[in-house]
Amino acid sequence: MFGRDEKVSAIRLTAAQYLILAIFLTLAYGLWRLQVMQSGYYASAAEKNRIRNVPILAPRGKILDREGRIIVDNYPSFSALVLRDTSRDLNADADLIAQGLHMDANEVRMHIRHFASLPQYQPIFLKEDITPDELAFIDAHRNELPELDTIMAHRRLYPRNGFMAHLIGYVGEVTEDMLNQPQFELYNPGDVVGVSGVERQYNTALMGKNGSRQALVNSHGREVGRLGETAAVPGNQLKLTVDLDLQIAAEEALEGRNGAIIAMDPRTGEILAMVSRPTFDPNDFAVRVSREEWNKLVTDEDHPLLNKAIQAQLAPGSTFKIIMAAAGLQEGIAQDLHVNCTGGAEFYGRYFKCWVVAEHRVHGEVDITKGIYQSCDVFFYTLAEKLGIERIAKYATMFGLGQKTGVDLPQEVSGVMPSEEWKIRNFKQKWFAGETISVGIGQGAVAATPIQMARAIGAIASGGRLVRPHVANPTDLPANLIPASNGADEVMVPMDPHNWEIITDAMADVVNPGGTAALSHLQDIDFAGKTGSAQTISNALKAKLGAAGKANFKDNGWFVGVEPRRNPEIVVCTLLEEGEHGYLAARTAAKVVKAYVEKQHRLPNKMANGKAAHAAPKERIEMAGVWNAPGETEQNSDGGANDSLHAGHFFLDLSKKSLPVATTAPGIASTGYRVP
Amino acid sequence: MSRYVSYRDFDWLLLIFVLMICGLGVMEIHSATVHTKFAGAHVRQIYWVLGGVGAMFLMSLVNYQILLDRIHWFYIAAVASLMGVLLFGQKYLGARRWIKMPGGNHFQPSEWVKLILILAVAKYFAEMHQRDLSWSDFMKAGAIVGIPMLMVLAQPDLGTSLTYLPVALMGLFLGGLHWKQAALVVFLAALCMPVAWHHLKDYQKARLASFLEPDADPQGSGYQVEQSKIAVGSGGIWGGKGSQTHGAFLPVPQTDFIFAAFAEEHGFVGALGVLLLYFIVLMRLTQNAQTAPDRAGTFVVMGVVAVLSFHILVNVGMVVGFMPVTGIPLPLMSYGGSSVLFMFLALGMVMNVRMRRFVN
Repeated sequence: MFGRDEKVSAIRLTAAQYLILAIFLTLAYGLWRLQVMQSGYYASAAEKNRIRNVPILAPRGKILDREGRIIVDNYPSFSALVLRDTSRDLNADADLIAQGLHMDANEVRMHIRHFASLPQYQPIFLKEDITPDELAFIDAHRNELPELDTIMAHRRLYPRNGFMAHLIGYVGEVTEDMLNQPQFELYNPGDVVGVSGVERQYNTALMGKNGSRQALVNSHGREVGRLGETAAVPGNQLKLTVDLDLQIAAEEALEGRNGAIIAMDPRTGEILAMVSRPTFDPNDFAVRVSREEWNKLVTDEDHPLLNKAIQAQLAPGSTFKIIMAAAGLQEGIAQDLHVNCTGGAEFYGRYFKCWVVAEHRVHGEVDITKGIYQSCDVFFYTLAEKLGIERIAKYATMFGLGQKTGVDLPQEVSGVMPSEEWKIRNFKQKWFAGETISVGIGQGAVAATPIQMARAIGAIASGGRLVRPHVANPTDLPANLIPASNGADEVMVPMDPHNWEIITDAMADVVNPGGTAALSHLQDIDFAGKTGSAQTISNALKAKLGAAGKANFKDNGWFVGVEPRRNPEIVVCTLLEEGEHGYLAARTAAKVVKAYVEKQHRLPNKMANGKAAHAAPKERIEMAGVWNAPGETEQNSDGGANDSLHAGHFFLDLSKKSLPVATTAPGIASTGYRVP
Repeated sequence: MSRYVSYRDFDWLLLIFVLMICGLGVMEIHSATVHTKFAGAHVRQIYWVLGGVGAMFLMSLVNYQILLDRIHWFYIAAVASLMGVLLFGQKYLGARRWIKMPGGNHFQPSEWVKLILILAVAKYFAEMHQRDLSWSDFMKAGAIVGIPMLMVLAQPDLGTSLTYLPVALMGLFLGGLHWKQAALVVFLAALCMPVAWHHLKDYQKARLASFLEPDADPQGSGYQVEQSKIAVGSGGIWGGKGSQTHGAFLPVPQTDFIFAAFAEEHGFVGALGVLLLYFIVLMRLTQNAQTAPDRAGTFVVMGVVAVLSFHILVNVGMVVGFMPVTGIPLPLMSYGGSSVLFMFLALGMVMNVRMRRFVN
């Protein structure tokens, strides 16, 4: 056969043995390196693998009204997720999963494929905020679909249909930008924080502290044991000053019109109701708002996300005349001012009309009282001319115009109170004396928010006591939270008691018999107020636009009312955007006042409080109002008067049936679960 | 030719060490799979080992000279079966490696091709008479291994095709490879690398990239290597809880990563013990090669040594983070019928050679 004696080289065989030895020494060194030299590091790495810190999410504090009724609640929301246990063929199960979760099977497959590159132990989120029947499906299929699991989180449950949405605000996941700001440095990505409204203002109080659980997990993320637990600290409840009953009345009073209502207690600054329309449903943001939906909200011409009570800065129109009256009386000019209204007057070479000419009448002899209740423009033109812009600006600023009220809500705007200095600073132009005349009736450059007007007129009716409005009482806040104070809580604007009486009586005369012919008496309710209507564009521009301009740029209707006339308990400011019919603003405010008075009737302590007259329920009460009917003025010169005063009375049925008292905000059930 | 074959000459000592390794393997398979869907795998492994021992005895009965005389037919059959896999094989996870057998079994030809290559290389070098390897011998020997290698590579199964390489290298080395030829081998390997990289599948590139830099993406491709290192490292000197194995962090702890699972549970001492057992087996095999009755016998045994060493180097090297993930099992320990059967058939050939050492 073949070379049997030709042995294989012994040296080479030995060399092969040494090579094998070298290999084994290298491998032994590899073991030594990992198991002896670095064993501590790898032991802790194994622990980290095995032990996962699972956050226990703290529920956010509930938001309550002044009587402790729930406005914002939480509900347990479940998300469906897929654990990628390799033993399951997810593609094959996709059909059943899709059916149970009401998804498209291809959508499920796409979703699983999309996240296929994630490490195995990370579950894939399939669907957020699943419905009870979807939850039941997952529970019922624990054996057939072991890869399906759920995770629970507390979600915000807001009132339905955008009720109180602007005041409450909404929450969202903390953004990258926010995390870079110092006040958010303690937050983690994924934390839910208040984005607007009270949710944002009092986020620190409302937000709880997440706990954590040290869970033993396997590589699929499945919990196989538990080591320890740090409990979550729930967020604090927040009690607002808002009265839910009044809020409901205010929401309904707007009847779907665009605008705002604010009701405040001028004695304390407590906001009792705040409405802005159009509105949005914050529940839509609680899970995830689609880009499309968001864009729609942001680009809407009516600005549904804007809280018009504190963010709409508009010409206040004739409601500004109350501030004018206060300035004129305090300066000692208005007391003896008598003007003969012939339907207009000439100032600085220009003719300014009074609204009354639209009705082919004149006011004739007008003093301060008649000037207020008849809203005579010529009187206030003359007063403005005599005061001059500096003194007007001084008083308006004292009563809070052109500056933020300091309400405890984010993104309040300051409005504009023009002055000589203001004009030079912003326009590099000298103030024209003619501009003062327009300012006298709340037109021109004056811009105010509803909350400013409520606060200013509330202060004048309270003898000059200007308070800082707020939606949460500092005493109701958790002890560790220092409220953000924006300026003084209370300012006394010096007011002569006699001047105070003149103005408040005149405001009451607006709704008193013996005043303007059509005025009616409001029985048993000491209601006083002032209407206004304000141009949104100048008359000249309106004339240029013709009929289209008239239709598109209707005047805004205002009404500010107090009850009772002196030292009022409530001040209501209504803004109706493009409120074609001025009486609507008055009627809207009247509904809120009615709800307020009615509620006081029901309160036993009030009845025992010497106001026993209210105890006997009236069949109906009569309420009077004056308003300006915009759109009926013609051929006004630029910046001229455009108010047309109307008056009327309403009958408010009180005893027909008792108003139902709210137990929670609409859409919030007492169980705390979401109402479908 | 008179033949006297006795089981007194059977290498019982070698068999004892081999069965010790198999026993540790069965134990670890049980430990790693007991609470998983693979539970019971250790029982099947015992059956494979018993079947393997039987196959080994059968193999030792057939004179290896007879096998060598008919090796060209076996070689043709081997190439044909690989061709069959490429044409009719079952596609599983993107590769054709299996032929479906009647009765629902699957057969992976690339394992038994390895045995035939050991014999074919042994036959080729045994018939060579000159002391130095000629260039044409060098090329022919290269072709014998190279053809099936390329076919397995086309399945594609890079890991298994690489295990053919040590058979050729060992043959060339013992056959009298001189330094110029060695330099050419190194040069060719270096030349192939960029071409090979170009032809690698994405998952193979990812494995290599993650081997070179495992921390770059510890959750992705480097995950297996990292988990394996954590398992081994956390075992410490005396072994630990085995949370990596039992928490399923360690991928496939009963097959490719069985050594990591063992090292985690039994520590440095246990792992070194297993390495020692393998080393004893290899040294014993080499001793058998030295006492082989002829050149062919030496080549057969050293071919087995080469394959076994290569498997251990690549598998344990992967487990301790020295080598990229290739999917090569640890012989005798890893769960799997093909692998066990191959090892025992190879050992049967070694016994075959040993039992005929005194034959003249």
